[in-house]
Amino acid sequence: MAKCRVCRGPAVIDLPRHNAHFCAEHLQQLCRRQVEQAIADHAMLERGDRILVAVSGGKDSLAVWDLLVELGYRADGLYLGLGIGDYSDDSGRYARDFADVRGLHLRTVDLREDHGYDVPTAARATGRVPCSACGLSKRHLFDAAAREGGYDVVVTGHNLDDEAAVLLGNTLRWDVDYLARQLPCLPATDGFPRKVKPLVRLTERETAAWCIVRGIDYQVEECPMAAGNKHLRYKATLNALEAASPGTKAAFYLGFLERMGPLLEGRSAAAVDGLRACARCGAPTTGEVCAFCRLVDVAAAHEPVPVEHLARRPRRAAGTASH
Amino acid sequence: MKVLLRNPRREVDLEGARTVLGLLTELGLDRESHLVIRNGELVPGDTRLEGTDTIEIRPVISGGS
Repeated sequence: MAKCRVCRGPAVIDLPRHNAHFCAEHLQQLCRRQVEQAIADHAMLERGDRILVAVSGGKDSLAVWDLLVELGYRADGLYLGLGIGDYSDDSGRYARDFADVRGLHLRTVDLREDHGYDVPTAARATGRVPCSACGLSKRHLFDAAAREGGYDVVVTGHNLDDEAAVLLGNTLRWDVDYLARQLPCLPATDGFPRKVKPLVRLTERETAAWCIVRGIDYQVEECPMAAGNKHLRYKATLNALEAASPGTKAAFYLGFLERMGPLLEGRSAAAVDGLRACARCGAPTTGEVCAFCRLVDVAAAHEPVPVEHLARRPRRAAGTASH
Repeated sequence: MKVLLRNPRREVDLEGARTVLGLLTELGLDRESHLVIRNGELVPGDTRLEGTDTIEIRPVISGGS
């Protein structure tokens, strides 16, 4: 039986990138230390900060909320109801249950009830891919909730795999502005709260394991709108490299932060120069009306589109062919 | 053993014992993208799974960015 590298007790997980096994207790210790290091290395949080965690009901957002509370930070959550059928209903339930059990404060915004549209309808009405309509809505509404609620910082659950996959995409296109915005701590600028990603030193296998050993129920099913997207293809590519050479993802992304980060700092701040307030909602924008208000105009006027009309065909699932 | 797979959710029945890594390989699944839970407990790759075990193979990859 494999033993924990720290205590020699029975292991629950093998982590090839650390060339080690860990028991449940020392897996949690590893996760806490990685998050503490990310926060310290990038000056993400201060003890007195009012923190708003973007909560989806998935493993990463619940793990980062749990970890921050565990580390002594004061953090509320914000759940955004995206209107993606049963998937959103279940996700909201996981987020509410997590908050209820721990006595944490979860704010909620519902796209359909509060803004007159949902993600499938916005995608159809605007011609955007669903992930684009979803991302635009999330960024705008999390920023707005932080401003209105007096929060210092918005925390997201982006992990090492997320960031490595985005980095691969941005690098393949040499998109320098996007590379600059990928840093794990974006300082507050006029109209935008500080945004931080404390999980960037943890893989999603590790954040999922954190949830399992902590008894956190989360949304395991894949978003029906996301199946087969480019982000997943980048992740699959990186995981193939990781399998052949453990540590590749961490070396790729953390090396980017160490060596390219200093060269890119300031470029993300410069990108907000020249912004003005949206004539409708007051959010920072380069035009007269921000992209979110333009999306709402089109999507709220469109007849609701059921999620089944837009859901992507799932990838061929392993185990279905021969069993 | 009964094996629960996700995305889409489905169950398969397999005869005999094998290791966690052997099971993943047999199903064409990579270790970096999955965790294996035996009778409710997380288990590492070299764990021997028995025919009487109930197994969940949980994917850990999320599609959002």
